[in-house]
Parts: sequence; structure tokens; C-alpha cells
Amino acid sequence: MNVATSAESRAPGGVHEPHEGALFVEGVSVSFDGFKALNDLTLYVDHGELRCLIGPNGAGKTTLMDVITGKTRPDEGQVFFGDRIDLLHLTEAQIAEVGIGRKFQKPTVFERLSVRDNLTLALKQDRRVWAMLRARLSGAERDRMDEAAAQIGLLDALERPAGELSHGQKQWLEIGMLLLQEPRLMLIDEPVAGMTRGEIERTAQLLQDLAGERSVVVVEHDMEFVRSIARRVTVLHQGHVLAEGSMAQVQADPRVIEVYLGE
Amino acid sequence: MSLPSWRREPGGVALLVVLGLLVLLVPLLNLAVPADSAWHVSTYTVTVLGKYLCYALAAVALDLVWGYCGILSLGHGAFFALGGYAMGMYLMRQIGERGVYGNPLLPDFMVFLNWQELPWYWHGFDHFPFALLMVVLVPGVLAFAFGYLAFRSRVSGVYLSIITQALTFALMLAFFRNDMGFGGNNGLTDFKDLLGFDLQAPGTRAGLFVLSALALAGGYLVSRAVVRSRAGQVLIAVRDAEDRARFLGYRVEYYKLAVFVLSAVLTGIAGALYVPQVGIINPSEFAPLNSIEMVVWVALGGRGTLYGAAAGAGVVNYLKTLLTGALPEVWLFFLGALFMLVTVALPLGLAGLLARRRRVA
Repeated sequence: MNVATSAESRAPGGVHEPHEGALFVEGVSVSFDGFKALNDLTLYVDHGELRCLIGPNGAGKTTLMDVITGKTRPDEGQVFFGDRIDLLHLTEAQIAEVGIGRKFQKPTVFERLSVRDNLTLALKQDRRVWAMLRARLSGAERDRMDEAAAQIGLLDALERPAGELSHGQKQWLEIGMLLLQEPRLMLIDEPVAGMTRGEIERTAQLLQDLAGERSVVVVEHDMEFVRSIARRVTVLHQGHVLAEGSMAQVQADPRVIEVYLGE
Repeated sequence: MSLPSWRREPGGVALLVVLGLLVLLVPLLNLAVPADSAWHVSTYTVTVLGKYLCYALAAVALDLVWGYCGILSLGHGAFFALGGYAMGMYLMRQIGERGVYGNPLLPDFMVFLNWQELPWYWHGFDHFPFALLMVVLVPGVLAFAFGYLAFRSRVSGVYLSIITQALTFALMLAFFRNDMGFGGNNGLTDFKDLLGFDLQAPGTRAGLFVLSALALAGGYLVSRAVVRSRAGQVLIAVRDAEDRARFLGYRVEYYKLAVFVLSAVLTGIAGALYVPQVGIINPSEFAPLNSIEMVVWVALGGRGTLYGAAAGAGVVNYLKTLLTGALPEVWLFFLGALFMLVTVALPLGLAGLLARRRRVA
């Protein structure tokens, strides 16, 4: 199956610099019934970077994630992963396959399945029907799942139905599933909502550990959390990038203060 | 994890044990015990039980798509009827010259319609292996074509249910037409024998009964293997959070398609075993109500358990036999009331009731 499409061949006019790095969103616009959720948005995320996206409600953060993961198709613009993969021509499943994992705003785990089964489904593996019919848990898979379960503090809960977990634990389970997918880019929507202070600190540590090997994009409202992990922050406002830079730079920007931080 | 698998699913074990006992005892009590003995099981009873087993297999197949993958098909009766017609066509060809008109080439209804030659799609049905292939292939191909279009376009939920219902209704109207060449209104009947065995003989009836029980056991075991596999967990994942499964990289439409086709094939086999036992197949088997009744069997038995669906089919049809004998006009009201009762009071069905009692005990 050929999911990788050359950027050069897709680009209008055939002239396009090969991209370097992880994620390229260029000039993307999305409108719903005349409302512009994203308005000529351009964003680059480097390989191995940990990027935080902030912005008031309705700024377009979740829509941006929907565009990157194939849930929403933009009216205009380009989205590339690496320098070759045109995400706008792939389905959700193909986008997951090329290495983009997503954690949703509202934790969505498979409630009726056990924690172990949730993790099993997330494992990087041949996901075709026939292969999954014949799959047996290998020792290596078990080790990787145990390791992930330990990282997310659910080692003792492996046999419990995921629906019985607390809100914070579900958030962790979803992060664990994301780990086992071994994505090259993780999109994480509000990872610490509903977590206690201690859990938030552990999450911050985990996300910082993850970046480096892979790129991580975090959408978060909790400003203290963002301050604790952010190296680079992008502020969205009305579907557009308002400011970008270190937390200190962004906080000092008068436009940001006006629309968001100062309100 | 440490419990052996049979201890985790007593209902499934009970189903297999009951089927084993039926296979051993019913033919014995029918054929070997004299008719005047209190232990004798009449051939009529054997046939009725055999019919229940076919319904139970269809129910297990429906539970596979509805209970595990969330696809509420209101058209599974179509697959049942198509399997039945494929078998009925073979049985018609077996009649040969013994029809009322004694025509060696054409079934009676074609002679009656003044047809001169056998339509092309009847060729091959003289051969039993070909007929068996069609029993599997016709429902399977229809399910594949229908499912491919529906699942790829992401039709789901109530919309999917409605178009499955439309599918079986359209097939019913088509099969009612005489010029379709399937016997129209009257369907196919007056069967004589199957592979040379007289269909009226108690021995043949007992044999069909045993085959039905084995088919149910086989269908159950295949379905259980599917739902226990990692692919079965994907099905549950799709049922509970389809988008999430997609973002994990699963091609949801292929999983739905695979399980839908498997279910249609099992249902077709059930229909094929049903027809020689009841002796007739006609377009009313496509009636939307039949498909809805199947859903009631699964709901009452407990969806998402497989064995519960089989039990539900047995219980509802036993009640139907009793009630339609005593008060035929009440049956539909009773069925509707039963469905509401189950939905409100027993959402997990009989299987859920048993599980709850076990937990309390």
C-alpha cells in the first residue's frame, strides 16, 4: 500500500521545497456553516519538539487536531507529515498508520474492555482483520504492555474494565495507549483535565520524557501546567496563529494579553 | 486470567451440553422407543425442535453482528430465506418426474406458467455440492455487496437498520413475482427427498435434526472463536467507540464487512437446514417481521453472549408454538410486549439475569 505521497508532486505548480521536520500545516482554512473555525492557519512543529497550543475556547485548537488526523477536511491549505506524506489524502486509519497518534479531549477508552485489552488493541501491529484474528499475545508484547502499564500507574488494574477507572486513570490509560502505538507525532488534547496535582506533575514529567524521541503537541487550558512543560507555545485566536515563542515571550505579547491571558 | 476458559462462560458450556444431550437422546427416543411408550418423542416434535435449532443458529449469527459489533440488522431474514431458497431449488430438482405434471425437465410451477425451458439460474441445482455452495455464496455475496457500500459510506445506527429492512422487503416483493422464476407466491414445496433420503421418513427427520444441532454447535464455536480473538476485541471497540478505533488505525469498515458476511453465511446455512424440515420456502420468509422477530430472540436471550441468543430463539419460539396454537391473534401483541419488557426490565436479557443471580449467590 502506498500511503506516502511526494510533496513535490502534490504541490501546485510542482515547485515545493522538501520539508524538514515533523508537521507542516500551511494556510489551512475550515469553515462550518460560514463560521471560520480555522482561518489561514500556518504552523510548523519540528522533529522531537514539545509544543503547547493555547487559546480561548473556539480558537480552533480541536479543529486543528481534527484536520491533522483526517476527521475534518479543510477547505484550503496543505498538511504534511515529514517531507513526503500529504495527510489530506489519507483516511483516519492511514494517518494513524503513518505514525500520528491522538489523545482526545474527553478521554475515550473502550469502556467494556479490560485495561489490558485496551492496551493490546493499541499495540503497534498488523491491524488487518485476518492478522488480528490469528494474533496471540507474544512475550515481547506482554513486556511492552507491562512497561507501559507501569509508566501510567495501571499495572494493578490490568484486568479491570476500563469503564471502572477514575477520570484521571482513563486519561492515563489513553496516554498509555498512545505510547504503545509508538507514534512519531503525538497530539494530546487536554491531558490533565480532571487530574490531581500529583497526577499533573507526573504527566508533565512523562510528556517531557516523550518529546525528543518523537514530536508532541499538547493542547491545554491549565496555564500552570503549560508553563511547567512548555518550551515553545503557540497561541491560537479565531482560527489563526496570534503569537508563537517561549512562554515568557508569549506572555509579554500585548495582543495575547488582550485576547487571552489578561481577560 | 487464572480461571480455565470453560469456568468463565458457564452459559456456553451449558449450550454445548444441551446440544450434545439433544443429539444423543432425541433420535433415540424417536426411532428406538415404541410409539405407545411415554418416553417416545414424536416425529412432529423432532421437526419442531429441529426448526428451533435453525432459528437458534440464525440468532447466534445475528448476535455476532449486533451484540459484538453494534450493527443492528433488521434484514437478517433475507439471508435466512436465500439460504433456504438455494436448498429449496435443489429439492425441487430432486422431484424430477414425480411432480403433478410429470414433466421431467421443469418444476410444476414452471409448467403451470407455460415455460418451455429451465431459466439459466436454475442450472447446477441438480447437483448437491453446487446447491451447498450457493447456500453459502448467495447470502455471502449479497452481504458483501450491501456491506461494502453501506460501511464504506459510513452508514450506521438507525439508518443502517432501516436499509437492511428495506433490503429484505425489496427481496420479498421480488420473490412474490411469478416471472422471477422462484415459484412466486407459493414458493417451492412438495419436496420428496434429499440425496435419496425420503424427507417424510422419521430417520431423515432425525438426521436433519442432528445436522441442525451440529450446525448450531459449529456456528457457536466459530462465532466464539471470532469474538475471543484480538479481532473480536476490535469489534467491541468499534461497537463502543467507532471513531476511537479508527484513530488507532483500524479500518473499521473492513471489520464490519468481515463480520457481516460471516453472519450472513451462518444465517444462510440455518435457512438451508430449515427448509427440508418444514417442507416449504416461500417469499413470506423475507417478511420484515421475521427479521424483527430474530432481533427479539437475541434481545430476550441477552445480546453479546452468543449462547444467550440461542437460548432466546428457543424460548421465544416455544412460546410462539404454544400461543399460536391457543390464541393465534394474540401472538404479535405478545411479541411486542415481550420486546418492551426486555428493553426496559432486562436489558441484558436472560443471560444477564443468570449472571446477576450468580453474582448475588
